[in-house]
Amino acid sequence: MKEAEFGASGIETRRPLSPHLQIYRPTLTMMMSIAHRITGAALYFGTLLLAWFLIAVSTGGGAYDVAAYCLNSIAGKLILFGFTWALFHHLLGGIRHAIWDTGHGLEHPQREWLTRAGLVGGIGLTVTVWTIAYLVH
Amino acid sequence: MAKSPAPVRPAMSRVRFLGSAKSGTADAWNMRITSIALVPLSIAFVAIVLSLLGKDYAAVRTELGHPLPAILMLLFILSGVFHMKLGMQSIIDDYVHAAQLKEWALIANLFSSVCIGLACIYAVLKLSFT
Repeated sequence: MKEAEFGASGIETRRPLSPHLQIYRPTLTMMMSIAHRITGAALYFGTLLLAWFLIAVSTGGGAYDVAAYCLNSIAGKLILFGFTWALFHHLLGGIRHAIWDTGHGLEHPQREWLTRAGLVGGIGLTVTVWTIAYLVH
Repeated sequence: MAKSPAPVRPAMSRVRFLGSAKSGTADAWNMRITSIALVPLSIAFVAIVLSLLGKDYAAVRTELGHPLPAILMLLFILSGVFHMKLGMQSIIDDYVHAAQLKEWALIANLFSSVCIGLACIYAVLKLSFT
């Protein structure tokens, strides 16, 4: 064994490690936990879009036209669609975690249902909002 | 004597109660508080954005300058920026292990969160008051 695994007193200081991700079979709750973090990080960068849009509106018509043109392009719409999904997915994930924080819904059938509801609900809400957007527009 | 004797106090008793048990739960608590606030506020945000669709520049400006949308946007931005700062902080805590890089990452996270938040708030207030 390496020297670093022993302290000054010669007693072994290596602590037991808990098994990490690659040890486990992938499950839906695990994937949704990872997706929650990824969508959260994506929303961080999504706020840059919001800041850009708000500054453009407050700057004037020219800056607004540039922002509106970019956001109305195919790429812009794809990013906004992803932003919408990330927002709803993360929102429902947060509600699920809030329920779990109270100690409810942690048992086998309930936790799987909650997780599935989050996945389906996030996609459903995104499609609903974009359908409304196209109907109103 | 070849080796110094083992310390009388075991390792665990020397580190016990030196952790972050005092203010260590503040971030976790604030994360939950902001997430509760963000449930209605992010729905309001989506509704406001939907109401802007198809409007020209002047109408968008007027809409965002009204008190209700402006206040909801400000609340959404404030709680959202606080929430995302804490979220990115825990991502950095989890994945960035090099001590110096981690400090810089945490500082960059704080600065960018404050900048994004302040820029959004400034823009919304400008729309309301000019």
